[in-house]
Amino acid sequence: MQQTRTVELGTGLFVLLGIGSLFFLTTQTTGQHDFAADETFEVQARFENVGSLKTRAPVSMSGVTIGRVTEIEFDGETLEAVVTFVIDRRYDKIPDDSDATVLTAGLLGSQYIGLQAGGSETYLEDGSEVLFTQSAVVLENLIGKYLFDRDSGDGG
Amino acid sequence: MIALLRDVFTTLVLFLRTFGAMNIFFLQLLLYTPATMVRRFRLVVAQVHNAGALSIVIIIVSGLFVGGVLGLQAYSNLERFNAEDTVGIFVAFALVKEIGPVISALLFAGRAGTALASEIGLMKATDQLAAMEMMAVNPVRRVVVPRFLGGVISMPILTAIFTTVGLLGGHLVAVELLGVDVGAFWQQMQQTLELSDVNEGIIKSLVFGLVASLVAVWEGYNAIPTAEGVGRATTRTVVVTAIAVLFFDFMITAAVL
Repeated sequence: MQQTRTVELGTGLFVLLGIGSLFFLTTQTTGQHDFAADETFEVQARFENVGSLKTRAPVSMSGVTIGRVTEIEFDGETLEAVVTFVIDRRYDKIPDDSDATVLTAGLLGSQYIGLQAGGSETYLEDGSEVLFTQSAVVLENLIGKYLFDRDSGDGG
Repeated sequence: MIALLRDVFTTLVLFLRTFGAMNIFFLQLLLYTPATMVRRFRLVVAQVHNAGALSIVIIIVSGLFVGGVLGLQAYSNLERFNAEDTVGIFVAFALVKEIGPVISALLFAGRAGTALASEIGLMKATDQLAAMEMMAVNPVRRVVVPRFLGGVISMPILTAIFTTVGLLGGHLVAVELLGVDVGAFWQQMQQTLELSDVNEGIIKSLVFGLVASLVAVWEGYNAIPTAEGVGRATTRTVVVTAIAVLFFDFMITAAVL
């Protein structure tokens, strides 16, 4: 009797430890990208170039994540990238002339959308579009420009 | 020359035959599994204890050291590029996707697989299996299936524990010992690792559990019933499991990528 009790106790502890570890692995090591809002509203923005922006990338304002990119499409008519993102319903006082920029977290980090507040009295709401946008900085273009400028500087 | 060819041919045929018989054995085990889980659940619990709970010390100690050495290696190499903050990513990726499942399976083969094979082999050598058959008890159902299931259930649990302890070991070395920022260590990891990476590790541990347990009970059940035969079965368990696990590791990684 004592024997079976030890066996069962040990096995129970072992399985519990395993479940605990599994829980740790699934919750602590992977990113629960920390934006979760019950109510959101949808906003669109058109970019000339979104770089390597991905869906689920954060939308941040003053460095705080307030939304998430839900869709990235290419508009075949205007030849622009159309980015749809949702913003937490709580933030309903964002001026509609704010500008959206595709930024990079760190030098080689992942890309996100940064909103910079404007001064308008009307606010962003469901279905509105951010009119002022700045494209992603593509490192190759930057280097190319630098080299080109330097070369032309030498020449002139 | 002809003799050599004939040798190669017979070896090949023998290999194919063993492989086929092993698969039939595997299907047989699966066939008995539902009934065993219901009617002989206590036997399965006892085997989970045997194969899993008793392996926990070796798993935890090894996990701690493996995680620690990964942290050490990652730090000393990434430091050259001033990228110490990414040590967490390195350790987590290595542990969760590859090293966790593989080393757990190899340790499992060494600790639990050999025990299973020699136990069943010895039962055969001492005619216990034959005695069961005399009493109209199916030895595969009574002896082999619970041990197989015990291994299959234990393996993913052991892998999860190994990986978790490994991460803590990596944390211990990188953060506490070498002074990597604790926030950077975990946050970089969380941002880079996806749930699919963890799932890959879990899938691997499930497959390795099946493979390692199958090999162990197969070798034990088919051991030559002598002292030497049981010894040889134990050795073969470790060798075959190691090869099979590394083979499946490659196949699963290739399939997932």
